[in-house]
Amino acid sequence: MISCDEATAISDKKQYGEATRMERVKLNFHLMLCKHCRAYSMQNNYISRLLSKYLHDSCETDHLVDKEKQELEEKLKIHIKDISKN
Amino acid sequence: MFIFTSANLKFIMQKKTGKNILQPGKWVSLYADYLFNYAITRVNDHNIAKDLVQETFFSGLKGKDNFRGDASEKTWLISILKRKIIDHYRKINSVKGKKEVRMPFYQEGENRGFWLEERVPQSWDNEAEKKIENQELKMILDLCIDHLPEKHRMVFLLKTQRNFETEEICNELDISSSNLWVIIHRARLQLRECIENNWFKK
Repeated sequence: MISCDEATAISDKKQYGEATRMERVKLNFHLMLCKHCRAYSMQNNYISRLLSKYLHDSCETDHLVDKEKQELEEKLKIHIKDISKN
Repeated sequence: MFIFTSANLKFIMQKKTGKNILQPGKWVSLYADYLFNYAITRVNDHNIAKDLVQETFFSGLKGKDNFRGDASEKTWLISILKRKIIDHYRKINSVKGKKEVRMPFYQEGENRGFWLEERVPQSWDNEAEKKIENQELKMILDLCIDHLPEKHRMVFLLKTQRNFETEEICNELDISSSNLWVIIHRARLQLRECIENNWFKK
């Protein structure tokens, strides 16, 4: 039988739909006999629901502000000058 | 009268050879947003993403003689940024990874791979606490994700938040798929425990 470490690893993989058929068979067999991993698997499903509800793509609002771009522009200018000197 | 400034000379050269040329003076206005957006979706941190963009421009400038003009300027800069992201990932994986105290979840020795008693998942049987519509729960989730070691968080978010394909992440961070699943496993073990401790056991 696979260990709890292996079983929970498969449970995690399953959350993304990427556990193989063989892995799922091994996991289900383990879950029949191990209540701790059963709890883990059920909680894992719950966490996935939580994540899909709350974990939105938030980076779209994050961007460089004009001041940062100006600074970047100035630093780059200095580098361009340095390079054209050499 | 037509004056040959360096800018229009470059333009004429480009027309003649059909090759792309580099114009570093325009990089910030043309590509800073694009590169930043690419970086932030991968590293999840404003300042790190900004630094990576800056380093990309500096490296591009340093290596401008290596630009052969076959690809566009933008493609060339992105390829530099991709390299920077791999370097960044390697760095957090080695430096901070070593500092992090490794807290095992499973036993060693005879019962290798079985739960350590103190880390066994507890029952979350309080139905009221399980209600998903809850601002405090959302806050705890965010805190628990922030609390993950950066090397785990980066891969976890790429997979879970950005919905990247496994293969894509492996290519972008130069890791194997078994390596990726070990990281996801570590991240979710920690996340589950953190939610348990801060929400179900409070």
